[in-house]
Amino acid sequence: MIVLPLPHILIFSLFLFAIGLYGALVRRNIIGILISIELMLNAANINLIAFSKYTSLSPETGQIFALFVIAIAATAAAVGLAIVLALYRVRKTVQADEVNLLKW
Amino acid sequence: MPVLEIAAKFGTYAVMAMILIFALGVVTLRNLFHCALCLAAALIGTAALYVVLQAEYLAAIQILLYVGAVVTLIIFAIMLTEHLAEKTVRQNNSQSLLALLGLLGFVALLTGLILKTPWPVTQTALTAKVSVMGLGEALMGTYVFPFEVISIILIAALIGTVVIAKKDDPEEKP
Repeated sequence: MIVLPLPHILIFSLFLFAIGLYGALVRRNIIGILISIELMLNAANINLIAFSKYTSLSPETGQIFALFVIAIAATAAAVGLAIVLALYRVRKTVQADEVNLLKW
Repeated sequence: MPVLEIAAKFGTYAVMAMILIFALGVVTLRNLFHCALCLAAALIGTAALYVVLQAEYLAAIQILLYVGAVVTLIIFAIMLTEHLAEKTVRQNNSQSLLALLGLLGFVALLTGLILKTPWPVTQTALTAKVSVMGLGEALMGTYVFPFEVISIILIAALIGTVVIAKKDDPEEKP
């Protein structure tokens, strides 16, 4: 079996998380923001599985919670995209800074 | 044998680099459809990383749920909303530089922390095997309560999605 050092995997997932966070902060398109959030959840999953592989006392725990994160991410994507579709039907836009009815 | 090990290590680093490149594509490309395809590639690379970390079941779930379901959903939403290849629409807001600087600081701080922390890597954990049977037993035994909560969340999200996305006007029936 192959063993990478744990910090390398952690730094890799940190970079992945930072890229996703950059996208979530900078994108104007709401679907782009949702895609970036999926990237961030993915980075968290890599961390969970790496920890369950390298340090855990009961090795199932990390994988089980990664499963839960995947399920929650799927529901988040479904609900978020449904909201985007409803918004597009009413306002004809998917840009986050053009949705400003409640701003003054 | 060491040649094989070095090759495997190189392969893993190559997969990591590929994931990062595709992730950069996800956040920087102009055409959202290309972004979704890059996301699918990055998620497949992550599944490969799960195989390296000996979580084969998670890799299968990742392909099925993320690449199969979530990316398809995202592509559906893009096709239903986006006017593809509109060159004039700005894709970024005006805070790119600020976000980049803040994130560089964040990454530098956390990299230092990760390198400084003495992670308790144990040999027993490294040699432990996680079988699908063990996962199922943990899911039905220790973690049965979060499992049930997940099922409630799933049904609520399903109903909520249908309610939100359906048309309001009863006259508008096709």
